[in-house]
Amino acid sequence: MAIEGKIQRISGPAVIADGMFGARMYDIVRVGKEDLIGEIIRLDGQTAFVQVYEDTSGLTVGEPIISTGLPLSVEMGPGMLNGIFDGIQRPLDKIKIQSGTFIERGIVVNSLSREQKWQFTPSVSVGDKVTGGQILGTVPEFAFTHKILVPPDKSGTIKTIAAAGDYTVEEVIATFEDGTELQMYHPWPVRQARPTKEKLDPVTPFLTGMRILDVLFPLAMGGTAAIPGPFGAGKTVTQQSIAKFGNAEIVIYVGCGERGNEMTEVLTEFPEMVDPQTGNPLMNRTVLIANTSNMPVAAREASIYTGITLAEYFRDQGYAVSVMADSTSRWAEALREIASRLEEMPAEEGYPPYLSSRLAAFYERGGRVTTLADETGAVSIIGAVSPAGGDFSEPVTQATLRITGCFWALDAGLARRRHFPSINWDKSYSLFNSILDPWYSGNVAPDYVDLRNEAVNILQKEAELQEVVQLVGPDALQDQERLIIEVGRVLRQDFLQQNGFDPVDASCSLKKAYGMLQMMLKMNNSATEFIEAGGTVDELLANPVMEKINRSRYVPEDEFEAYKNDVLAELDKAFVVAA
Amino acid sequence: MSNLLKKEYSEVSYISGPLLFLENAPDLAYNAIVRIKDAKGRERGGQVIDVSDKITMLQLFEEPSGLDLSTTTVNLVEDVARLGVSKDMIGRRFNGIGEPIDSLPAVVAEKRLPIGGAPINPVAREMPEEFIQTGISTIDTLLTLVRGQKLPIFSGAGLPANEVAAQIARQAKVIGEDTEFAVVFAAMGVTQRELTYFTQEFERTGALARSVLFLNKANDPAVERLLTPRMALTAAEYLAFEHGYHVLVILTDMTNYAEALREIGGAREEIPGRRGYPGYMYTDLASLYERAGVVEGLPGSVTQIPILTMPDDDVTHPIPDLTGYITEGQVYLERSLHTQGIYPPINPGPSLSRLMNNGIGKGKTREDHKGISDQLQAAYANGLDLRRLVAITGEDALSANDRLYLSFADDFEKYFINQGNADRGIDESLDTAWAILSKLPKSELTRLSRDQIDKYYGAKMDELWGSR
Repeated sequence: MAIEGKIQRISGPAVIADGMFGARMYDIVRVGKEDLIGEIIRLDGQTAFVQVYEDTSGLTVGEPIISTGLPLSVEMGPGMLNGIFDGIQRPLDKIKIQSGTFIERGIVVNSLSREQKWQFTPSVSVGDKVTGGQILGTVPEFAFTHKILVPPDKSGTIKTIAAAGDYTVEEVIATFEDGTELQMYHPWPVRQARPTKEKLDPVTPFLTGMRILDVLFPLAMGGTAAIPGPFGAGKTVTQQSIAKFGNAEIVIYVGCGERGNEMTEVLTEFPEMVDPQTGNPLMNRTVLIANTSNMPVAAREASIYTGITLAEYFRDQGYAVSVMADSTSRWAEALREIASRLEEMPAEEGYPPYLSSRLAAFYERGGRVTTLADETGAVSIIGAVSPAGGDFSEPVTQATLRITGCFWALDAGLARRRHFPSINWDKSYSLFNSILDPWYSGNVAPDYVDLRNEAVNILQKEAELQEVVQLVGPDALQDQERLIIEVGRVLRQDFLQQNGFDPVDASCSLKKAYGMLQMMLKMNNSATEFIEAGGTVDELLANPVMEKINRSRYVPEDEFEAYKNDVLAELDKAFVVAA
Repeated sequence: MSNLLKKEYSEVSYISGPLLFLENAPDLAYNAIVRIKDAKGRERGGQVIDVSDKITMLQLFEEPSGLDLSTTTVNLVEDVARLGVSKDMIGRRFNGIGEPIDSLPAVVAEKRLPIGGAPINPVAREMPEEFIQTGISTIDTLLTLVRGQKLPIFSGAGLPANEVAAQIARQAKVIGEDTEFAVVFAAMGVTQRELTYFTQEFERTGALARSVLFLNKANDPAVERLLTPRMALTAAEYLAFEHGYHVLVILTDMTNYAEALREIGGAREEIPGRRGYPGYMYTDLASLYERAGVVEGLPGSVTQIPILTMPDDDVTHPIPDLTGYITEGQVYLERSLHTQGIYPPINPGPSLSRLMNNGIGKGKTREDHKGISDQLQAAYANGLDLRRLVAITGEDALSANDRLYLSFADDFEKYFINQGNADRGIDESLDTAWAILSKLPKSELTRLSRDQIDKYYGAKMDELWGSR
């Protein structure tokens, strides 16, 4: 039953409507003569407070406002991959066809194409009892097998099931005995987490292809990570690199209140780049949600929920999904702006008091799960945070740190030195290290954990010695200490740094990272003996094997093993004190 | 609409600063533009910023002095703020709300466009990748500007940001291309002195003939400042996307704009965010800065150079901070370089151009551009570190190699950054860089390939050092 009221007040994206008794919280409403889309966020007697997802200029008091009776929902079905949507899942390419270069208001488009046909293959038979989340059949979408799911809130006995063939998402492909009709897509409210059978503990790493993250601060598959950093420190570059090389099967990239040109960059680059796992264009496993900074704030608030809901849908098909949210601070600001228009009581820095509980609720939608169809799926969330003034004590950074398992601190000082990725190894941490250590020992090498700890140790000692150098100059150091500084430098420059523009070095396997550590630490051991035996650091640095170690990151993966063995053999006899 | 235009509202119940409350005017649309008349018949512009069935809140574009509650009347002018645009605007000067101030007749508008501007659909954008040569070595080599980029200048009180901006406006070109190029200049809250500088500079160099100027002076109403950049950007978009111009928009000074935003926010009794600036300042600034770009299928482009003054040179202040999060890099002016007499005093360390890599390299600038840029940055950072060290330990503690870096940093500032008002082509900039780098041993140039070193090492050495 549609409830119709009238606009009573307009203030920016906030609209108050009268005569709305009976409307439900978070239901979608159509606002004014232009049918703008809005959402009810507070009810007070006859009045409803609505946040409008489009520009409200030109609205007048007394215009109609109609509740659709449905919460803000997204459409789950084939046709999302390789797509770009706005914050409320309207396809931007379709919007462009309707309104041209600029996004006009009141545009109505279906999220999923109603015309395109998909090749459906059923996997259930008449008489089968199915419950919510179970798989009805499959549809190939690029190289990806899209599993068609029973909507989580429905179950029944299959009365009819479509034969293998081409169907649109709207055609009925199955019916239950009770008459329920199922299509290839179903709506799901974005603010409600999709149900699962069980939440599982993380056991495997989410590999990003970045050595500093995979080795020092690993993220677990189904874990959550925060990337805070001031502007220019490389948040977006890091996010994009993880989207490209991370070992997720599906990537949901949410550009939340960020730059339009960055979205264009992803749209230009991803179709040309090849997914290292499947050999297909990267874009074919990616869904972009783009709500740039000048698009309406209310839709920005919704965009991360749209993103996480799509991620859950792919997770429910048994896939490993990663969500890149760039940036959660812009989402928090949208929340603040709307709260302030509603004259809510502010907490720290004007943010509403429920900021941290909303953030927690968002990140908790990540995780590794057993799906309703008894498969294992995972959603890993990597959220960028843009702290005001680069100050990590501000509320969004702090609220995020209390929830996420990894903290990858970007450092403007490193970026200024052109040390990329500019992740500070001193400040960052991962809570997943101890959980993942058994996996690393079993799957990479038994001594992997020892090597990593040794490297961390050297980096720490080097940092301490650098402080001494800053005070008294390098002359004051003993040769053994100078050696630590040099080894630390090798680790920093040639292990932690990665050149995103180099086709080889842009991404690194764990095996190669381990091999590099083997070389660098063996060099450290041999060099220590060499210095003890009376060799000098300058002699050491002049040794040709050092350059081979420096260059090892540019050696392609398939040549690496041989290269490494050569260097390791060379290290056995490289450093000999001249008689 | 036509009836509404004739309707007069007179139930003014409250005036405070730039705000005026009107009762029983619910048919005025949100964001509508109105005319407010006092007893003597003097008219002021205003805009609806909040509307309800009982009270309509108006924001005045001018001073409220002379208005009273009994005789003031309000008329609707337009549903939203609009600017009449035309190709004839080029070469003209307007005030902050788009009225001509050059004693020439009003422009005959081809269209009246809403100044709010709709967001560009990200799908319709094209990747900015055409190199704009500014003739300033530091920018061209290390912080390359490309068409469709928004690259602000972070300045401090007393630093020559205006000179740098004027130099860019004068020298900017795309190599090997002869396209129509226009400058849209928006001044917000600038002093008469600055205004004179820009006007004279534009006239002297002939840039005025290809420019549109929107000038809101320091003694003009603060509220007008909120409209000025929107007027300018509307004109810029029109010239770019309807007439194919490549438009360079210079916005100065964004700090005055943000102050005006805070002033209005305060008058509206909004809950303030950091340092009293409104919580929506990020969104508001983005609604300006994001109006730069290149779009598919349309010939022109909008490139923005906003200028802002960092209060007390503090880059973490909300104005530079939020700007940096939106724009595609920043050009950072450094006080210590300025006091040494170096012009333009651009410090490459904290500066950045995010779109640089799209616009440089073989076929665009030169194949050694990326390597040179990385090498200069790394060597200069190293040189500065050593300078700090020398201040503590003295030069004796340094190795011979370290001393080379120290002198590199000096040469780099003296000969590369400090180019004065010269217009250097990209080849000349890169060759100058090679001349300075060539004082370091070849083995130190790790960011450059062997081929590049063979080809360019030692270039221009005689020209630069021969006279010494």
